[in-house]
Amino acid sequence: MDQAQVMSAPPRAGRFAGATFARVATLLGLWALWEAVAASGLLFRDVIPSSVKVGEALATLLLSADFYHNLELTLAEVIVSLVLGVSTGIAVGLALGVARFAGKAFEPYLHYLAPTPKIVFLPILLVLFGVGPGSKIAIGALSCFFPMALSVATGVREVDAVLLRVGRSFNLSLGQTIQKIYLPSLVPPIATGLKLGLGVAIIGCLLAEIKMSNRGLGFLVMQYYAQFRIPYMYAVLIAAFAIAALGNALIAHFIRLPSGRR
Amino acid sequence: MIGLVGNLVAPAPTAIAASFPALIAEEELLPRFVQTFVEAFAAASLAVLVGTTLGWWLHAKRWAGRAYENWFATCAAAPLVLLYPLFLVIFGRNAGTIVVMSFLTGLPAVVLKTKEGLDGIKRVFIDVGRSFRLTESQIFWKIMLPAALPTICNGVRLGLIYALISVVGIEFLINFGGLGELIDDLAQRWEIPMEFGAIFFVVLTSVCFFYITERLEQWIRRR
Repeated sequence: MDQAQVMSAPPRAGRFAGATFARVATLLGLWALWEAVAASGLLFRDVIPSSVKVGEALATLLLSADFYHNLELTLAEVIVSLVLGVSTGIAVGLALGVARFAGKAFEPYLHYLAPTPKIVFLPILLVLFGVGPGSKIAIGALSCFFPMALSVATGVREVDAVLLRVGRSFNLSLGQTIQKIYLPSLVPPIATGLKLGLGVAIIGCLLAEIKMSNRGLGFLVMQYYAQFRIPYMYAVLIAAFAIAALGNALIAHFIRLPSGRR
Repeated sequence: MIGLVGNLVAPAPTAIAASFPALIAEEELLPRFVQTFVEAFAAASLAVLVGTTLGWWLHAKRWAGRAYENWFATCAAAPLVLLYPLFLVIFGRNAGTIVVMSFLTGLPAVVLKTKEGLDGIKRVFIDVGRSFRLTESQIFWKIMLPAALPTICNGVRLGLIYALISVVGIEFLINFGGLGELIDDLAQRWEIPMEFGAIFFVVLTSVCFFYITERLEQWIRRR
């Protein structure tokens, strides 16, 4: 370690300590504010329950079989919708990226439809697939299709032209070019699409469950809300946020693995 | 027409087009559009105002940037819309809930992009400003803001789109307000051609919103 590094070490450590202190202080401040509002009676009773009550509800929830029964269905819906949305997104993105005419003709529609709130299609999907898991899977798949298709279509156009010329010089077929050149080059855009797609697939499935279902975490939220068991509603929301964060972290972890090995 | 799916699932385009006059006259499409637009505009304006200020603060105060940037990134990826039952019990079933929730949905993108834009300004630009003895205020308005504007605009555009998605989504979920409520209402009454017409109108609104913000961003980038 040279002299400059030695001299810079304490201030850097100090800066990180300052940021950590700010985070801890903010969390404590928010917790104190929450408890103060809960105890003040400013809001209708139990709208903001004490954190102890929420903690107790969370513990009860995590020990109940009913929670896992609903969680199982929601996870299954999210996974199936992710598989469907991601696979069709990759296929359409590849087609739009590789075939320039198709890209020019149809990609603007994708760009324009992507910011449309997908939940408005739920009534149509309910009629098509029923009130069971099918409509939830469909809305989840529809939600994650757009980020994946757009990310892959953009990624295809950014594939190194030299690699494509080398492929042509080796007389690779279109299938071989996709398998040997496009797909390995598309790991970062697919990863980005997957990350964005997971978030919107979870939101899509849960919102569809909230709107109309008789099972799943979204249903559980609305059931507790209707029964005014607010601590339990918070507990399910905390669990849903934790699952979303865990899913994001897992995808981020798997994204780092291939990029680290390249 | 060929009978693969029933008219209740997919009405003919002519039936959808024929429903437009009734949609406008009987279902008050235009006032509902204005309500959705006003809610989205209010939420997005709040997000831009608060988001750019917070983004500047995170840039200016390094400790704050280090402490809170990841929190905003986490919020950007979190399914905030799921909290709507909580907002319903606090604010009630009204436009306030829709605006506050949509503001929160649009905020992280504006904060993060503002900070990214300000952090990305080349040090040499600031040094040139200092060599011309510009004041801190002049450096901000004449150098930092123009240099960061394209990225900030990108964040504003994302914030606007997220706010619109959230407004229509929450209107649909709580059956209150403008276009979102209209779709839910028509679906419950099985007015299928009109329901498709309303969905078409929501898609058209999103397209217009996207197109306008895209053009605005391009115009600002050119200047």
